[in-house]
Amino acid sequence: MIRRAAWWLPLGLGLLVLYLPLLAAGLASVNASRHGLSFEGFTLTWYRQLLVDPQVGAAARTTLVLALVSTALSTLLGTLLALGLQRAPWSRRASAALDALVELPVVTPDIVFAACLVIAFSLLRGLSAWFQPGLLTLVLGHVTFQVAFVALVVRARLVLIEGELSEAARDLYADGWSLLRRVTLPLLWPAILAGALLAFTLSLDDFVISFFCAGPDSTTLPIYVYASLRRGLSPTLHALSTLSVLLAALLVLGLERVSRPFDAPEATP
Amino acid sequence: MVRHGELTSAPGLRRRGLLLLAPGALWLLLFLVLPGVILGAVAFCARGADGQVEWTPSLGAFRRLAGYGILGWSPDYLWILVRSVVVAAVTTAGALALAYPLAFFVASRAPRWRPVWLGLLSVPLCTNVVVRTYAWELLLSPGLPPAQLAAWLGWIEPGRALYPSLAAVCLGMISNALPFAVLPLYTNVERLDRALLEAARDLYASPWRVFRHAVLPQTLPGLTVAAVLTFVPAVGMFVITDRLGGARHMVIGNLIQQQFGPARNYPFGAAVSLVLIALTLAGLALQRRRGRGPL
Repeated sequence: MIRRAAWWLPLGLGLLVLYLPLLAAGLASVNASRHGLSFEGFTLTWYRQLLVDPQVGAAARTTLVLALVSTALSTLLGTLLALGLQRAPWSRRASAALDALVELPVVTPDIVFAACLVIAFSLLRGLSAWFQPGLLTLVLGHVTFQVAFVALVVRARLVLIEGELSEAARDLYADGWSLLRRVTLPLLWPAILAGALLAFTLSLDDFVISFFCAGPDSTTLPIYVYASLRRGLSPTLHALSTLSVLLAALLVLGLERVSRPFDAPEATP
Repeated sequence: MVRHGELTSAPGLRRRGLLLLAPGALWLLLFLVLPGVILGAVAFCARGADGQVEWTPSLGAFRRLAGYGILGWSPDYLWILVRSVVVAAVTTAGALALAYPLAFFVASRAPRWRPVWLGLLSVPLCTNVVVRTYAWELLLSPGLPPAQLAAWLGWIEPGRALYPSLAAVCLGMISNALPFAVLPLYTNVERLDRALLEAARDLYASPWRVFRHAVLPQTLPGLTVAAVLTFVPAVGMFVITDRLGGARHMVIGNLIQQQFGPARNYPFGAAVSLVLIALTLAGLALQRRRGRGPL
């Protein structure tokens, strides 16, 4: 085997490429010097400025409302979609078409996805003024890509708990509803939760689709950062990026906790 | 209350299945499939004077993409396509070169520590791409060590940033793609059949031949998945290329954004989108063909 020291080289290089820029932003965010070329002392001024900035507050609110609403909708739709896909005896042809439909949002390039939404909304605007770019179009756009991810995650779990347990329940005269409520849902909820968390992360993470769907009054945080970048780097932006990296780290921890039962499906009854 | 088991028949189950999946499926049809079909049709339409779509058949958008304009032929748009593919290929090569040993590293840790390393590698995945690009802009800005080093080496003029440049684009893209490349490679490497490696060594194979004949063939499926997961998003990228590349190093993603945004030329944007879809499908087809691998 290769010597031990050799392992640390690719690791170091990889971590450098991933974390060095984030580290630079983190350092700059607590640097007292405005145009942070040299470190002039520790300060939290930029964080304080960030937290009282009304534009940032509004963008954070939009991002959170968007993520919560779209996650709730897509979790419901995606779970139903997974149940419908898995629990009915579809013909080979029908299930191939349905699989393609669910996988389509996952493989479509973001920018083409966004272009499709632009076209959809510009046509729908002919029917109703509701489809002016704004929070509604943002929610519609986000749900469109989240649904597929939720359905795929929930379905992966559904495949595992299919079979003997539902047959046993049926043998005990459970009808469709009690089967769902007493057997399927209790076993499925970790997957539904994991799907919802994934959808939530995807929504927070998204820039391209939001950029095309948002209106002037519905700026999300990524759009805010992108727009501010055109005016140049600033210490409050360093602070904002650092906060979002810390939030991502918390999310990864949370996802790891939730998805752990996934790895050992036989451990759950 | 006594509940009776339902008499279930295939048509009955199908009807209930349809009811369950209808809302989600209709949603996808309305907001993705149908607009996608319209997008395909718009590419073959003309653009009206005010930016509206004229529903008359026209190949104008494709002619423009091929370089035929009012002022005669120019290869500008073709260069954009070539640049996109080259940047995506360099990104894929760079990300795989970093991810391959990394996957072996994580797989060689004690099982208890593997989730920690994987988590460390996937935190940037959950960070917004705008934030990561922003951080690269900061790191490559004038006065910081990387730019100073480059200036000292004579690569750039002193006092200038390292962007906009294709090198900055590739660096940002590799950093962006690395987690996508490591995760599928790791799941592959984790299941590596070590007995084959031992067998090769018992037969006095040199380290290189062990790698070439026992390791590489086994990791080919993971490599193909990683390559596709890197190449497909890279070829359609628009944030990183916009910020770190700028207008001089435009790629396909920026061109599409421009047409559906400020330029308001939907037919041309749709035509470029079709080219991007074709490139994506080519990448996916490669995976279908090679993904099965020799094992």
